[in-house]
Amino acid sequence: MKLPIRYNIRNVIVRWRSTLATIIGVALVVAVYILIQSLAAGLEKSGRNTGDPRNLMIVRKGSTAESSSQVNRMQLQTIQYLPQIARDADGKPLISADLVVLVSLPRREGAGEANVTMRGISPKGAELRPQVRLVEGRWFTPGKREAVVSTKMAQRFANTEVGGVFKTGGQELRVVGLFDGGDTAFDSEIWMDADEARSLFDRENYSSALVRMTSPEAAAEFVKRLESDKRLPLRVDPEIAYYSEQTRTSKMFQVIGMFLAVSMSIGAFFAAMNTMYASVGARTREIGTLRVLGFRRRTILLSFIVEGAILAGIGGVIGCAVSFALQSLSVALGWQFGTMSFNTFSEVVFQFRITPQLAVQGLIFAVLVGVVGSLFPAIRASRLPVIAALKVV
Amino acid sequence: MPEPETIVAIRNLSKVYSQGEIQVTALNNISLDIARGEFLTLMGPSGSGKSTLLHIIAGIDRPTSGECRVQGVNVTQLNESELADWRNQNVGFVFQTFNLIPVLTAFENVELPLLLTKLSRKQRQQLVSTALEIVGLADRSHHLPRQLSGGQEQRVAIARALVTDPSLVVADEPTGNLDSHSAQEVLTVLQSLSRTANKTVIMVTHDPKAAAYGSRSIHLEKGELSN
Ligand SMILES: Nc1ncnc2c1ncn2[C@@H]1O[C@H](COP(=O)(O)OP(=O)(O)OP(=O)(O)O)[C@@H](O)[C@H]1O
Ligand SMILES: [Mg+2]
Repeated sequence: MKLPIRYNIRNVIVRWRSTLATIIGVALVVAVYILIQSLAAGLEKSGRNTGDPRNLMIVRKGSTAESSSQVNRMQLQTIQYLPQIARDADGKPLISADLVVLVSLPRREGAGEANVTMRGISPKGAELRPQVRLVEGRWFTPGKREAVVSTKMAQRFANTEVGGVFKTGGQELRVVGLFDGGDTAFDSEIWMDADEARSLFDRENYSSALVRMTSPEAAAEFVKRLESDKRLPLRVDPEIAYYSEQTRTSKMFQVIGMFLAVSMSIGAFFAAMNTMYASVGARTREIGTLRVLGFRRRTILLSFIVEGAILAGIGGVIGCAVSFALQSLSVALGWQFGTMSFNTFSEVVFQFRITPQLAVQGLIFAVLVGVVGSLFPAIRASRLPVIAALKVV
Repeated sequence: MPEPETIVAIRNLSKVYSQGEIQVTALNNISLDIARGEFLTLMGPSGSGKSTLLHIIAGIDRPTSGECRVQGVNVTQLNESELADWRNQNVGFVFQTFNLIPVLTAFENVELPLLLTKLSRKQRQQLVSTALEIVGLADRSHHLPRQLSGGQEQRVAIARALVTDPSLVVADEPTGNLDSHSAQEVLTVLQSLSRTANKTVIMVTHDPKAAAYGSRSIHLEKGELSN
C-alpha cells in the first residue's frame, strides 16, 4: 500500500454525511443475511439433531411425511419379531408404532390457530428417544386421555401447561407433563398414547414404526429383509437420515434469505457506487495532487477500491454486531421462533444460532459489495488527468 | 567563477490546444536555459502561457513539439509511469491553492512523496521534521490543514515540495491566495531555497513585488518570450 489506509479511513469518517447512508444500508443487508441464514441453521440443526444412531424409521413407501404414511397392524406383526430388533431386559422388542396426526390448536394470547404435530407413541416410544427428557409432571398413562407437551410448544399454545385441558378430535385431553426435546424436531410435538390416539382420531392404522437395532450389521440385514419382502410396501431409513431429510424448510429459508440479501445488496451496491462517485467528484483536485506528487494511476485505483471496501466493511461490522446483539437479546429473553414446516405443514420451533462462519460470510459479502460498488468510481478517479490538480475551483 | 550548470534546457517548445476547429497556440517556439540555483520568475498577462510552460517543465503536461531536458533527461520522451517516478524524484510542486490533503496532518502531508521511496519510517520522519523546520512549522506538524492559516498551509506545501530534495521547485502563483504578510514569508522561504540550498526555483507570478525576490525574470506574451 503506497497510500496509507488511515487516509481512506479518515475520508470515510470525514465524509460521514454521504457515507452514513451507505454504511447503514450495508449493515442492514448483512444483518438480514446473517439472521435469516442463522434461522435456517437453527432449523436445520433441529432436524439434524433428531434421532438415535441405533434406530431405524419405517414408513410407507412413497410417503413424504410421517403424517401421510400408514403402517398397518399386520405389517407390524411381521416386523416386530424379527431377530435384528433389540430387546429390553424383559425380552420385549424395542419398537414403537406411532400415530402422527396434525391437529389445529389455538395459540396463546388469542393469536389464531396453528397446526401442531400430535404423536401417539407405544410404551417403548419414549425409551427409543433418549434426547427427550421429562422435565415437569409425569408421563401419560396408557389408556387415558392424557398428553405430554414439549416445553417450547407449551409456551406457544393455549392450555398446554401441566394441568391444562385442551380439546382436539372433539375430545378433551389433559396435560400431565412437559418434556424437553433437546433442540430436536420433537420440540415441536405433543405426545400421547398411540392406541388412545387411534381411537381419539378414529384411525385403523399407525403412521410409522421406530425400531432399535442390536447392531449396525443387524440394521443392514433388517433393511435387506424388509425391502426384499414384496408384501411389505415399506421404506426403512436410519432415524437420523429420515429427520435430516425433513429440513427442506430450512433450505427454503436459505433461499429466501439469499434472495433478500441479494436484492438488498443490489441496493447497497448502488448506494456504495453513488457515495464513491460523489467522493471522487469532490476530491478531483486531491487526486490530481497525488498524481503530481508521483502516485500512479494504479495506486489511486487501488486506494479508492480499498476505501469502498472499508466503507462497506464498517457497515458489515455494524451488521454483525446488530445480529449478535439480537441473538444475545433473544437468549436473554428466551425468545423462540416458530414457523410452518413445508414438509409437515405443522408449526416447528427452534432457536437461531449465529455461527462464526455466518458472521465471516456476512463480512465478506459486505466487503464485496464495497469493492464492486467502488470499482467504476475508482476507475474514473484513476483516469483523471494530472492537470485536474491545478484547476482553481 | 565556473560556468553555471544548466539544469533546464528548452528548445523550440510549442504547445497548441485544438478545440474542434479552433487552434489555440499556448506556447510558440520557446527556447530557454535555466541554471542550477536560479530563482526564475515567469511573468506575463493572463493567457500568455505561463502555467503551460511550467507544467511542461514539471512533467505534468506534454508539448506539441520541441524538447524539454531537465538535468539531461528528455522529459517529453518519458511514458506516464516513468514520468510519475521522475516527478516524484526531481520536482517539487507548489500550487496556488496549496492542495494539501485535508484529512492528513501537516506531517503526513509532507511525508506523502516519501511514501513512494524506499526510505525507512525513521528516515522519513527525520526528513519530514527537517523540511518542516526549514519552513518554520515544526510546532504545527500534528495540525490538520484546516487548523492552519493560509500562509502556514502554503509553507507546509513548500515543505512537501522540498522533502524529497528535488533539484527543481516549481510554483504557480504561490502567493496568489495569500495576504501580503504571508506572501512575504512564503517568498522568503523560496528565495532561501535557491540561495542557501542551491535549488532551482521557477515561479509564476502576476505580482512585480513577488518577482523582485527572484534572481531573474522572464516575460511571456502570447506564448512567446519577450524581453
Ligand atoms: N486545456 C486547455 N484547452 C484549451 N486551451 C487551453 C487549455 N489550457 C490552457 N489553454 C489556453 O492556453 C493559453 C495559455 O494558458 P495558460 O493557462 O498557460 O495561461 P497563463 O499565462 O497561466 O494564464 P493565467 O495568468 O490566467 O493563469 C490560454 O489561451 C488558454 O486559454
Ligand atoms: Mg496560469
